[in-house]
Amino acid sequence: MADPINVRRFETLVLPHMNSAFNVARWLTRNDQDAQDVVQEAYLRAFRFFGGFRGEDARTWLLAIVRNTFYTWHQQNRGHAGDTEMFEEEVHSDETSAAERDDGPEAMLVRSENLQQVHEALRRLQLEYREVVMLRELEELSYKEISSIVGIPIGTVMSRLARGRQQLAVLLAPTNQGM
Amino acid sequence: MDHEHASEVLSGYLDQELGLSEALEFERHLAGCEQCQQVYAQHRQLSAQLKQPGLRVEAPKELAMRIKAALPGRRSPWERLSERLRRWTGGRSSTWAPVGAMAMSVVALSWSLSLYLAVPSSEQRLTQELVDDHIRSLQFNHLSDVISTDKHTVKPWFNGKLDFAPPVVDLAQQGYPLVGGRLDYLDGRAVAVMVYHYKLHPINLYVWPGNNAGAVPHIHAQQGYHLAHWSTAGMNYWAITDAGDNELSGFIAELRAHPAS
Repeated sequence: MADPINVRRFETLVLPHMNSAFNVARWLTRNDQDAQDVVQEAYLRAFRFFGGFRGEDARTWLLAIVRNTFYTWHQQNRGHAGDTEMFEEEVHSDETSAAERDDGPEAMLVRSENLQQVHEALRRLQLEYREVVMLRELEELSYKEISSIVGIPIGTVMSRLARGRQQLAVLLAPTNQGM
Repeated sequence: MDHEHASEVLSGYLDQELGLSEALEFERHLAGCEQCQQVYAQHRQLSAQLKQPGLRVEAPKELAMRIKAALPGRRSPWERLSERLRRWTGGRSSTWAPVGAMAMSVVALSWSLSLYLAVPSSEQRLTQELVDDHIRSLQFNHLSDVISTDKHTVKPWFNGKLDFAPPVVDLAQQGYPLVGGRLDYLDGRAVAVMVYHYKLHPINLYVWPGNNAGAVPHIHAQQGYHLAHWSTAGMNYWAITDAGDNELSGFIAELRAHPAS
């Protein structure tokens, strides 16, 4: 496994998906530091299992490992890692740069508030729904890819998405009224 | 398409995941159903809101660096440290250089010592891998790939999937029914897993060729699970369960008392 060709193959195929891996881990753990730990551990596992990688989609393959790593971590930390974590990077700072690009200060304020609320709603969404919604909307994966990452049939992906979106809509109802 | 079916496939339509005929059927329903129109508009808005750039962030640079540094075939941290040390001391010819070098080597020495102490033994690593795998097997509804209480179904299922024939024993009479089997990847190889139950507790029994342990099972606990490890007749066995150690030793005793077929 440690031969240089495999290492280079791993670097070309798997390393480029680190942003995806981090984003998925971040929305699963809801904490930047934990997300980093999960991604690092997932990459170690991915490297260890790389011999079993049969050239299917590397991103899907890696994200499945990230998800498994997260669940192992989640199981071990249940109890002490409560709901107290926050993203370290505050949402406003991200949004400022994004919103500055087009609109005036007023629109920026409205947008920034909205982003904050969407962020919070997604954070509060139950894990089971959060993962499919995030994989679909943020990672823009197909049902087939989500099905292989989460290990559920495509029909279940669809129904979980429906229910997840419904719950998100409820969480966001106060924000979206009058929009 | 009735309303119930339409609300089931609405997400699929929104995500362009429906087949052509189903999509057309859904559109026909949507045209005449105010409720579906409302939900559809709401979910579309939601989808747009979730596409905002601030929700997705890039991986921190230091994470990428840590991961890259951990890959083999790269220069070890030790090599990089000594190179930096050389550059640091070579760059200035001050009389302080030897002192600095000495301080650096003390730091480096204690650091590599702590690394050495922190590296788990292969046994510890394997045990951790087993516990992780056991937990994972409970979580994703993927305890068994072949579900059968019949050893004559479970055993042939492994044919062609492994380069060895795992011994499969049915212990239903003894209170440990066989419920299925699956393949797993452990310690760098494919292994057979037989899944047994004791009351409500699953017991995962991992088997692969080898002679890495003694013949007498040694039971220990990790993270609330009980594990046992032994080797017999050229096979390595690991059993892991959340049941108590008495139940586990009972299981092992029965397993060893009943020849495989």
